[in-house]
Amino acid sequence: MPASTDPSLLRNFCIIAHIDHGKSTLADRMLQATGVVTPREMKAQYLDRMDIERERGITIKSQAVRMPWRADGTDFALNMIDTPGHVDFTYEVSRSLAACEGALLLVDAAQGIEAQTLANLYLALENDLAIIPVLNKIDLPAAQPEKYAEELGNLIGEDPDRVLRVSGKTGEGVEALLDRIVEEIPAPVGQPDQASRAMIFDSVFDTYRGVVTYVRVVDGDLKPRERIKMMSTGAEHELLEIGVISPEPKPTKGLGVGEVGYLITGVKDVRQSRVGDTVTAAAKGATQELGGYEDPKPMVFSGLFPIDGSDYPALRDALEKLQLNDAALVWEPETSAALGFGFRCGFLGLLHLEITRERLEREFDLALISTAPSVSYDVTLEDNTETVVTNPSEFPEGKIKEIREPMVSATILAPSDFVGAIMELCQSKRGQMGGMDYLSEDRVELRYRLPLAEIVLDFFDQLKSKTKGYASLDWKADGQEAADLVKVDVLLQGERVDAFSAITHKDKAYSYGVMMAGKLKDLIPRQQYEVPIQAAIGSRIIARENIRAMRKDVLSKCYGGDISRKRKLLEKQKEGKKRMKMVGRVEVPQEAFVAALSSDSSSADKKK
Amino acid sequence: MPAQPEGDAAPADGLLPPSVLPGAQDRRLSLYVHVPFCSVRCGYCDFNTYTAQELGPGVSQEAYAADAETELRFARSVLVDSGLPHRPLHTVFFGGGTPTRLPAEDLVSILGTARDQFGLAPGAEVTTEANPDSVTAQDLRVLADGGFTRVSFGMQSAVPHVLAALDRTHDPRNVGRVVEWAKEAGLSVSVDLIYGTPGESLADWDRSVREALSYEPDHVSAYSLIVEDGTRMAAQMRRGELPGIDPDDQADKYELAESVLAEAGFEWYEISNWSREAHGRSAVENRSAHNLAYWHNQDWWGVGPGAHSHVGGVRWWNRKHPVPYTNAVRAGRSPAVGREALDEETRLFERIMLETRTADGLPVDALPAERRSEVAGLVAEGLVDGRAAVGGRVVLTLRGRLLGDAVVRRLV
Repeated sequence: MPASTDPSLLRNFCIIAHIDHGKSTLADRMLQATGVVTPREMKAQYLDRMDIERERGITIKSQAVRMPWRADGTDFALNMIDTPGHVDFTYEVSRSLAACEGALLLVDAAQGIEAQTLANLYLALENDLAIIPVLNKIDLPAAQPEKYAEELGNLIGEDPDRVLRVSGKTGEGVEALLDRIVEEIPAPVGQPDQASRAMIFDSVFDTYRGVVTYVRVVDGDLKPRERIKMMSTGAEHELLEIGVISPEPKPTKGLGVGEVGYLITGVKDVRQSRVGDTVTAAAKGATQELGGYEDPKPMVFSGLFPIDGSDYPALRDALEKLQLNDAALVWEPETSAALGFGFRCGFLGLLHLEITRERLEREFDLALISTAPSVSYDVTLEDNTETVVTNPSEFPEGKIKEIREPMVSATILAPSDFVGAIMELCQSKRGQMGGMDYLSEDRVELRYRLPLAEIVLDFFDQLKSKTKGYASLDWKADGQEAADLVKVDVLLQGERVDAFSAITHKDKAYSYGVMMAGKLKDLIPRQQYEVPIQAAIGSRIIARENIRAMRKDVLSKCYGGDISRKRKLLEKQKEGKKRMKMVGRVEVPQEAFVAALSSDSSSADKKK
Repeated sequence: MPAQPEGDAAPADGLLPPSVLPGAQDRRLSLYVHVPFCSVRCGYCDFNTYTAQELGPGVSQEAYAADAETELRFARSVLVDSGLPHRPLHTVFFGGGTPTRLPAEDLVSILGTARDQFGLAPGAEVTTEANPDSVTAQDLRVLADGGFTRVSFGMQSAVPHVLAALDRTHDPRNVGRVVEWAKEAGLSVSVDLIYGTPGESLADWDRSVREALSYEPDHVSAYSLIVEDGTRMAAQMRRGELPGIDPDDQADKYELAESVLAEAGFEWYEISNWSREAHGRSAVENRSAHNLAYWHNQDWWGVGPGAHSHVGGVRWWNRKHPVPYTNAVRAGRSPAVGREALDEETRLFERIMLETRTADGLPVDALPAERRSEVAGLVAEGLVDGRAAVGGRVVLTLRGRLLGDAVVRRLV
């Protein structure tokens, strides 16, 4: 029974897997095998998930499910903690892992281990988790269980024969896996008599219940109606409800040492219940926080502007609503001469940006332009004043002593055939090689240090195309480095269009200018006048294109039967003009902004 | 033919709402007769026309005159029953298709029924389009004797490879001959030209204009080739078998036409139409009165499949295909399939759109108050004639004619 389960009968674990390696299917199969859901319910529950999660096949928000399992005549309670699978959410992954004693290392038997998995495995090992290696999809004709069991075994120093083989699709091996979890994952250990301490590993906004906080109790216990305190902020709340998920929320009389469950306090904003924070009793609570809490730190910035300017208040409301469920989303108002009023938003990464944008468009029915993703630069001026630039339009005009840009350390896994192509790519992206290891005879791990700005553009797309889709990438923030960076402006008929400005490395300024001028030439319709397009660094022009004047814009035939049709055409064109942005005398269609600003990278993570 | 516009359903009795009555006495009534037959379908053509093989059961060229005359009688009773005053026809125009696919006697018969039902105003203009290849001197005499006053020949080009690209089968050398016959029969003559056909050079176009002028017509129409979706030519362009339309090339050719025509004494009076003083008639008298009725929003009834009509701010259009058209007419029902009753704002939109196309222009006073200030800008940009504007009219300059739609978008 929850609230009074002997910790020795508990097993807390998570599943580490690359996207597409079948984590969700295997999790579903375990829910069925333990009798938590019937096959029919399975379908319904699947459909309840957020559209975006389903379409992208990724888990944005983690969940924790309690499952009963009898092994050797003893009833155990297994808590399966779902983890986000994407690099943008590394911090959240680390908190999920910290809530467990063990992890299933799940690998597709037809594809082998990927960089993402490797990164999360490192995290799991850092957290001293017991690892159970599992090969999934052994039912696939292309499965090579022998080969990848060998690879997995080598990786974690385990006998390849001990690598479990399962099929989430057929259910084969799932019961054996559940037995292995009981057998190999240590029971949680804590101090039942001490002041309560529970770690928040997830926090979700629910329209009806307010914020639902997922916790793992480390010491003591939590009880309904008790007053609790969030240790990072000192904020106190009453515990309105406490319980476990199995698979629906079930209120319990509390949660004891080692248990995993949820809390509801009535707060409406996830920022009041932050992942990584420690929950304790308000009265006679703990004085020492559990380690590991960090404020979420935005890495990628983009301006979001409503295509219809009158949607600005609606966009602000929508961002406020999203923030209730997304403590990592930060934003402030921004005004662009070309795009009007909008918001400069900070994201954990590109995927986070993409998801946020899609949710705004889908759930709030907003049509948006997002400016090219940018990173945060620290700029030191000649007079030694420091400034932070997250938006090219804020780039200082004065003399600059030094600009420092954020760096990442990246791990790339790929078949060894592609080593040359990958090295070439990383070199062209200003990467510094850190090392290279053979995982097996034909698979290589390359480590690079790269500017984040290069990653947020089109790195992943290029990596995929240069390796026929075989390479996988993982990266984490790795400090700052000074670099020779400049701002490139784009001018239409001599007027700077702030939305198209970009901060680039000096060596790439020319190609950016040529690319943008060329794109705009194709995207902006001919006007009554010739329109020069220029790219410039300061006052120096580095690229130019010309849109020739339009000479003919008239329907030559207009007789009786043409009149209604012609009128409707002109009405439509007139309507279209209203949606044009005027840059000086130049009419620029919204679509041109969208198309010019959509870098190829915006699709990169979708494929991931 | 492009799809008919979207509109309201047209009533089976064809009756018009009372909104068409005010001012009817001051509006002239015209008649358009659509003849939906051709010997072949040209690759660029999107008109509502059918070859003999494309017609359905129960419909034939032979029976067409009788069906058109049935609609004419229906037209008169609708106008009378809707409370409109009796008005004689100011102009009549037979278009197609190829009206001269019908025997000249059939055209004369339809005109006779029109005269019986409505009467013809003194000096009424009666035009038919004609194919230079299939019309005879005898046909033209029959037409002139039957009351026709004007003929418009679809010459399109004088250059064989351009005609071939347009799928036109006529021999360009025939044009001079038929123009001569028409003049002998006492008919006014217009020739139609098309410019911007794939493969047509500027020199080709120059040759076509000059050759058209050598026949000494009193009216010329010149249209840029418009490739509508759904035509064979559109498909060929999409597949890359033909080069696409180049608006700059069309602009060059328009300017060339204007200069060659002006040199020969022609004056433009609408974006694609020019006339000159000839045969004892002034340039203004040689304008197409029928087409001017469209641009001045007069009333007209369109007879035949797919034909459009306009009476006092109500527009309607007939069923496109001859089979359902014929069935409706023979059953005494309105052949109309859709209509729209225009509100004041839309009527003004159309007025601006149509009258700015003409050399007489649009009175500045007709513009909505908040748009009048645009005119100054248009003059400054060289799109609207400054002298005319000072005189209270919006008249396009040569450059403005080429950018006429841009001007209209700023005035509505």
